[in-house]
Amino acid sequence: MAGATRVPGFCRDCLADAGDGPRCAACGSPRLVRHPRIDELSVAHVDCDAFYAAVEKRDNPALADVPLIIGGGTRGVVSTCCYIARISGVRSAMPMFKAKALCPNAVVLKPDMAKYAAVGRQVRAMMQSLTPLVEPLSIDEAFLDLTGTGRLHGMSPARVLARFAAAVETDIGITVSVGLAANKFLAKTASELDKPRGYSVLGLEEAPAFLAPRPVTFIWGVGPAFGGKLARDGFKLIGDLQRADEKDLARRYGAEGLRLWRLARGIDARSVTPDREAKSVSSETTFDTDIRDLRPLEQTLYALCEKVSARMKQADLSGRSVTLKLKTADFRLRTRSRGLDSPTHLAARLYATAHDLLLKEVDGTPFRLIGVGLSDLSPGSDADPADLVDTSTQRIKATETAMDAVRAKFGAAAVKRGILLDGPVRGKPSGR
Amino acid sequence: MKVTVERAELLKSLSHVHRVVERRNTIPILANVLIRTGTNGLSLKATDLDLEVVETVPAEVSQDGATTVPAHVLYDIVRKLPDGSQVQLEAGGERGSLAVRAGRARFTLQTLPETDFPDLAAGEFSHSFKVKGAEFRRLVDKTQFAISTEETRYYLNGIYLHVAENAGKPTLRAVATDGHRLAQAELDAPEGAGGLAGVIVPRKTVAEIQKLLEDKDAEVTVSLSATKIRVAVGAIVLTSKLIDGTFPDYGRVIPAGNDKTLLVDKADFAAAVDRVSTVSSERGRAVKLSLGDGKLTLSVTNPDSGSATEELEVEYGAEPLDIGFNSRYLLDITSQLEGDTAELKLADPGSPTLVRDSTKTDALYVLMPMRV
Repeated sequence: MAGATRVPGFCRDCLADAGDGPRCAACGSPRLVRHPRIDELSVAHVDCDAFYAAVEKRDNPALADVPLIIGGGTRGVVSTCCYIARISGVRSAMPMFKAKALCPNAVVLKPDMAKYAAVGRQVRAMMQSLTPLVEPLSIDEAFLDLTGTGRLHGMSPARVLARFAAAVETDIGITVSVGLAANKFLAKTASELDKPRGYSVLGLEEAPAFLAPRPVTFIWGVGPAFGGKLARDGFKLIGDLQRADEKDLARRYGAEGLRLWRLARGIDARSVTPDREAKSVSSETTFDTDIRDLRPLEQTLYALCEKVSARMKQADLSGRSVTLKLKTADFRLRTRSRGLDSPTHLAARLYATAHDLLLKEVDGTPFRLIGVGLSDLSPGSDADPADLVDTSTQRIKATETAMDAVRAKFGAAAVKRGILLDGPVRGKPSGR
Repeated sequence: MKVTVERAELLKSLSHVHRVVERRNTIPILANVLIRTGTNGLSLKATDLDLEVVETVPAEVSQDGATTVPAHVLYDIVRKLPDGSQVQLEAGGERGSLAVRAGRARFTLQTLPETDFPDLAAGEFSHSFKVKGAEFRRLVDKTQFAISTEETRYYLNGIYLHVAENAGKPTLRAVATDGHRLAQAELDAPEGAGGLAGVIVPRKTVAEIQKLLEDKDAEVTVSLSATKIRVAVGAIVLTSKLIDGTFPDYGRVIPAGNDKTLLVDKADFAAAVDRVSTVSSERGRAVKLSLGDGKLTLSVTNPDSGSATEELEVEYGAEPLDIGFNSRYLLDITSQLEGDTAELKLADPGSPTLVRDSTKTDALYVLMPMRV
């Protein structure tokens, strides 16, 4: 084969040039990656493989060869399952009883979010040592833009990523899959192709042919509802969108239509933006059994308010719009919002408003989920200014500061508000 | 029912009445205006269940009756009719529609039965007094901006109207606050207001009263009970529920012992505050006031965009003081002052500051400082 037509590539284990053979000439590894544009592409999506399960297997070698499911609660769903469990047909978001039926010998563990968050941070730190342009999508995946880092690393972004994947395996003990492409959409698509421990490259040239046979819902932002609408209009596959006229799509779906036209061709101009500013801070929980009574709802609500408040205080933020979210047993979503006169990050003020909103919704309807959030954010220094008529704000502020200090020293359970204690309720909740 | 009305009269009246009607209604009849013939002409009535407005327009009644039609549609029709035309309204026919005729234009509107139209049932009023439109309007204008929008503190979502005392004379006093600023205005208590317990007039009602009092020469009759307020101006009668709550004891918020007095030209001050706040971010609109002997320095520092300072010559003889305020609140208050000189009574950077006209005592404002 002539050198001019050879597809460039390298060995993912030793980073040597791939050569022509099926295995690496230098180390004999079969893990070669080749692509005509491999040395030019620089946008990547990195996703940890079966993240929660991988962390648990790392920490307990006895679990290494057994099917492992992470998930919990009596009506819990599968958060993550290892690849052994996936052979039996277990999938993420599957109800737990169904997963157990498919894979009766699976080990089930409740998620240990604190541990996963710590590992996620380690992985993120390693990413950030490669480029400042790291845009986290969740605890275990992120976009990286390595454009212009060739001189710094002394090698192409593609090789840097392969070295990074190997380093995560040896240093942290879990595996990742890498998708390398010309933009975010294609990178995210590519990282799914070769999981686990994968590495795939998707160039702009082959994107249209690659995308054409996939359903339109493959495009991010096209959910079941919009997908159904598109299908009724004759767009079932991305190929159907590729054949459509740009102006026609714009007429039918407005700006969204133009976006579809571009994404169907693998064109995506979004940049990788680190530290996207938070627009809201919220917390929610799904009940083990549906709840229709006020008391347990308000107890859960208070606990959530404390959680949101703690996160706001830690991030030095405050918010002036309170949103209460409820999901009924028949999956109807109710969200209610209310503005405040001044921004807050106090659990008590958040709860006072959220509770007011809750009172209007408690009418015997069984609820399966409750959540609360603060949006319309401003800096923490703007939070809870002194009030002319409500002198309690400063007192509450002092109380919560004291409680936070106790918790910082003795743990989250060290001090609790009376409202969170079970048993018969005597009188009104105090202090407000 | 069959009546003929002058288009301009009908339009003016509908413009008052239709504003009460919410654009989106879950109860269909609340989108309608009730029209009813009477001895004085044609009365029009709209309500949102908390507030109702009734206005009577002169009309030539050929046949008595009443019906209800969509308020915004009727308003839009009358608005588009040629000036000077006579509008004929005729209800009847087996389908219960209302025919609107003017010149060669003819409209047929769907109706809902007038018997279904809700009534606020005002009941008995315990107090009633007459006051000049301009004076009552002033009371409302000077305090309206400080009304709270926070629904959780519903008792602050209106103007607190009550009888108080200033320099030994009974006054009718209006107070509003959102916790950051407080506004108080008063006038000599009119006859009939004596013994009036405090009532809280809701924001929407306040806004409607302001619009109805655009004709400042009119005399206003205000009637009150424990739960309702009625304001009658000429042919218009507005009736509203009051906020059922307890207004906080605002008296203890008004600082009495602030000993540092600043006198500043109101217009210069407002213009300078407006100028320096240009560099402040949307949110943290704090402006710092640095007071020294005869001198006031206004400054804003915004780490994202830059900084600004401006110096003003003022009357100030107390010890130097740095204090921060929300610039928008300062501008809101100075725009309400009537005289040329604003008087600020200060204590320290963490305590409420009193603002008023240096010469007038019938209105005052309290402003909570911000950290700067």
